[in-house]
Amino acid sequence: MRQDTKFTNQNFRVIGSRVNRPDGMDKVTGRARYGADYDAPGQLVGLFLRSPHAHARIVSMDISRAEKLAGVKAIITADDLPDLTNGNREMLDILENSMARGRALYDGHAVAAVAASDVKTARKALKLIKVEYEQLPHVTDVDEAMQPDAPVIHDWIFTQGVNPTPKKPSNVCNRTEMGHGDVDAGFARAAHIIEKSYKTEQTHQGYIEPHACVASMGPDGSGELWVTTQGHFAYRNVCAELLGLDIAKLKVTSSEIGGGFGGKTHVWAEPIALALSRKANRPVKVVMTRDEVFRATGPASSTSIDVKIGVTKKGRIIAASAELRYADGAFPGPWAILGAMTSFACYDLKNVKTVGYDVICNRPKVAAYRAPSAPMAAFAIESTVDLAAAAVGMDAVDFRIKNAAKKGTLSSYGVTYGPIGIGPTLDAAKNHPHMKAKLKKNQGRGMACGFWFNFGGQTCSTINIAADGTVNLSVGTIDVGGSRASLSLIAAEELGIPYEHVKASVADTASLGHNDMTDGSRGTFSSGMATIVAARRAIEVMKERAAAMWDIPVDKVDWKDGHAVAKGKKNSKLAPLSLKEIAENSPNTGGPIAGHNEFVADGAGVSFASHLCDVEVDPETGATRIVRYTVIQDAGKAIHPDYVEGQFQGGAAQGIGWALNEEYIYGEDGRLQNPGFLDYRIPVCSDLPFIDTQILEIPNPDHPYGVRGVGETSIVPPLAAIGNAISNAVGLRMTHVPMSPPRILAALEAGE
Amino acid sequence: MRVEIATSNLRAAADGCSHVHLEATNIRGLYADLVRQYPAFEKLVRKGIAVAINGRIFQDDWTAPIPADAELVLLPYIEGG
Repeated sequence: MRQDTKFTNQNFRVIGSRVNRPDGMDKVTGRARYGADYDAPGQLVGLFLRSPHAHARIVSMDISRAEKLAGVKAIITADDLPDLTNGNREMLDILENSMARGRALYDGHAVAAVAASDVKTARKALKLIKVEYEQLPHVTDVDEAMQPDAPVIHDWIFTQGVNPTPKKPSNVCNRTEMGHGDVDAGFARAAHIIEKSYKTEQTHQGYIEPHACVASMGPDGSGELWVTTQGHFAYRNVCAELLGLDIAKLKVTSSEIGGGFGGKTHVWAEPIALALSRKANRPVKVVMTRDEVFRATGPASSTSIDVKIGVTKKGRIIAASAELRYADGAFPGPWAILGAMTSFACYDLKNVKTVGYDVICNRPKVAAYRAPSAPMAAFAIESTVDLAAAAVGMDAVDFRIKNAAKKGTLSSYGVTYGPIGIGPTLDAAKNHPHMKAKLKKNQGRGMACGFWFNFGGQTCSTINIAADGTVNLSVGTIDVGGSRASLSLIAAEELGIPYEHVKASVADTASLGHNDMTDGSRGTFSSGMATIVAARRAIEVMKERAAAMWDIPVDKVDWKDGHAVAKGKKNSKLAPLSLKEIAENSPNTGGPIAGHNEFVADGAGVSFASHLCDVEVDPETGATRIVRYTVIQDAGKAIHPDYVEGQFQGGAAQGIGWALNEEYIYGEDGRLQNPGFLDYRIPVCSDLPFIDTQILEIPNPDHPYGVRGVGETSIVPPLAAIGNAISNAVGLRMTHVPMSPPRILAALEAGE
Repeated sequence: MRVEIATSNLRAAADGCSHVHLEATNIRGLYADLVRQYPAFEKLVRKGIAVAINGRIFQDDWTAPIPADAELVLLPYIEGG
C-alpha cells in the first residue's frame, strides 16, 4: 500500500541529538560478533583453489587424490554447479564468478573449493588438485581492451547501445550516451575550450573485515547462512536461485559488519560455501584471506576519461562533454553508465553530452564502491572545471557558484531538479574559515563538488512493545554506520519515549519480509520511514488498548508525548496513560502490542557536497600531506549528527587514500602484484588530519523528516579536491590517480 | 503524455527515439504501454529500469501515480554502494 511520505516540518524532541550508539559497548569490548566469529558444531573448513593466470582455459582438473585425503569431506568444481539460471545472464555471471566454468578469467578466479576437517588438511587437499591450464592472451588495461586487436574475452559480448549491433564480439559491452542541447554549437561559441584526458587506477573498498561465512545445509533442502554482508535478503535470494533452493528454506543471519562500502552487496564465496556444506552434509566455514579479498572480490573500475569544457568570457559554461571508459572486470556491469550520468550533475548546462563505455578485461568482477563510478568521473570533470575557471581568471568557488545547478535545472542525466543543495554547499564553502587560512610554502588549496543519486527500495520493519514499556525495533537493513542508533531515535521520537528504552536489531531473513541491501545511502532513509509508520501503527493499537482500559470509544483517545490522552469534557478526569502503563496491561487488553510496516521507499532525494582541501607537497620526494580537509554536505535532516559526520569523514578518508596511494598494480603477466595492505596502501590515522564537517539541512520533500541519504556522496569530491590542491601547490595539473609520490615526482621532473 | 528517454541504450529499444508518447495513470501502466508500443523494452523492464516523475526517481514502486502534465524521464536502473 502506498503511504504518505511528504515532509511535514514537525518539531523534534530527540531527533538530532548525539546519543551513544547501541552497538558501541560490544564493539569496543570485543563482544560484537563479526563474520568470522560464528562457529557451528562439527563445522568444516572451506578453502579455495584460485587461478594463477590472468586468462586460461582449464584443460583438465584431477581432484581424485585430494578426495582420497583423510579429512576431506567435499570438493566443489564447476561440475557440481549446474546452470539453474534459466537464461538469466547476470545470474550466470555471478555463478561463473563464484567458480570458473571452463576458463579462468582473472588472476585469483576460483577454480575449485575444498571442505575438510581442519585448515592443514584443506590446504594439503588444494595442493593435491591438479589443474592443467592453457594460457590465453589477456588484457588488463581499459584502453588496451578497447583496441581492435585486443584479445576478446567473451565471444558472446556484442556492444549494446550502438546501431546496428556489431556482428563481431568485442570487449566493449555497452555504449551509453546522454545529454541535451547542441554541444558542437556551444563549443563554437565558447571563448575558451579546455580539453584534458585522465586516468584513474583500480581501487578496492578496503574493508578491514574479510568476507566470512558459516554455511549449513541439511539433507531436507533447508539451510542457514551466517555471513558478513550488506544485504542478507539479497544474499539469500541469489544463493537460493543459484543452488536451486526454496528461498524461504534458506535462513540468512547477518553478522556485525567490519566495513562493506559496496563490496558486500555481491555474493562471492557464499554460494560455494553452501554447495560445500550440501555435499559434505556438515557446516562449512569460509574466511577469506586478504590476498583473496584483493584478487577475487569487488574492486571499483579503473577508468580512462576525456573531458571538454567550453566557457564564455563571463565564466559561464556554454558546452561540456565527456567520454568515459570504465573497466568492468571479467563480467559486464553498469559502471560507465553511472559515471556518465553523474559527470556533470552539479552544473546548470544548456549543452552537455556524455558517452560511457563499459569494457571487459581480465580483472576481478567490479563491484559497487560507495557512490559507484562517481568519484572517477568527478576527478576528471572537477579538474577540468578548475582549468576552465583559471582560463577566465575566476576563483574556483565563484566559478562553480556561477554555474551550479539549482531548482528547475535540467540535469545532465535528463531529470529536472527539485530543491537541491549544491548552491548552499558552495556558498558555505566560500564563507568557511578554511578558505581564509593562510597557506605555507609548498602548500596548495583545492576544492571540488560531488553528486550522488541516493535511492530507497524495499523495506520492512517491526516494532514490538514489551510488557515493561521497552521497545524492540526489528529492521532488515544492515547497520553499516550507526543506523541502529538513528532508527532507535526515530522510534523514540514517534512513541514519545526515551532513546534508551528502544533496542534496535537487524532481524534475520526468517523474521521479516524482504529488505533490499544497505546500499545507495538507503539504510536510515528507508528503514527510518518504515520505522515511523510502524511506530504510528503501534500507537493506534495503544490507543485502542487505552480506550479499553478507560472503557471509552477509541475516537476519544489521542496520543501525546508518549501518553494516551482522553479527549472531551466527559473524560477530563481520566489521567493520561503512559506507554509503560498500557504495555503493562497489554496481557489483559488483547495481548502483545506491535506495529509493522512494509513498503517501497522510492524518492530518496539527490545529494550534493563541496569539499575543501589543503595539501603540502614535498618537492624532493613527491609525497603529499593532507594539511586540512573540510566536508560540506546536504543531509536533508541529520537524525544523529555524529553518524552523519562519521559518514562525511569516512568518505573523505577513503577518497584521500584513493587520491594519493591506492591502486591495483598488474604485472605484464596479468597477475596482481600488490594483494595486501603492505603494498596496497590505505590511509592510516597518521596520514589524516582531523576532517572537519559542516552539515547543511535542506529538507527532502519526500521524507516525513526531510532525510536524505548521506553515506556515499562524501567519497565523490576528494580525488578532484586533492588533485586541484596538488596542482595549485606545484603548478602542474595531475591527470593520473593515484597521485602517488612517484607520479608527482615524475611530473615535477618533467615540468622542470 | 510525453516521456523522455535519458540514455542511448534505452533509446535503442524505442527505435532510437529520444522520447515516446505513452498513456498511463501509474508506473505499472506506463511500462505496460511502453512494452506494448516498443516490445524491445520488455527485457529491459524485467531487468529493471527507473522513471523520474517530476524529478523524483522511482526504481521499484510501480504503484506510484503519474499526475497530469508530469515531467517523465526513463532512466537506467541505478546501483549504489
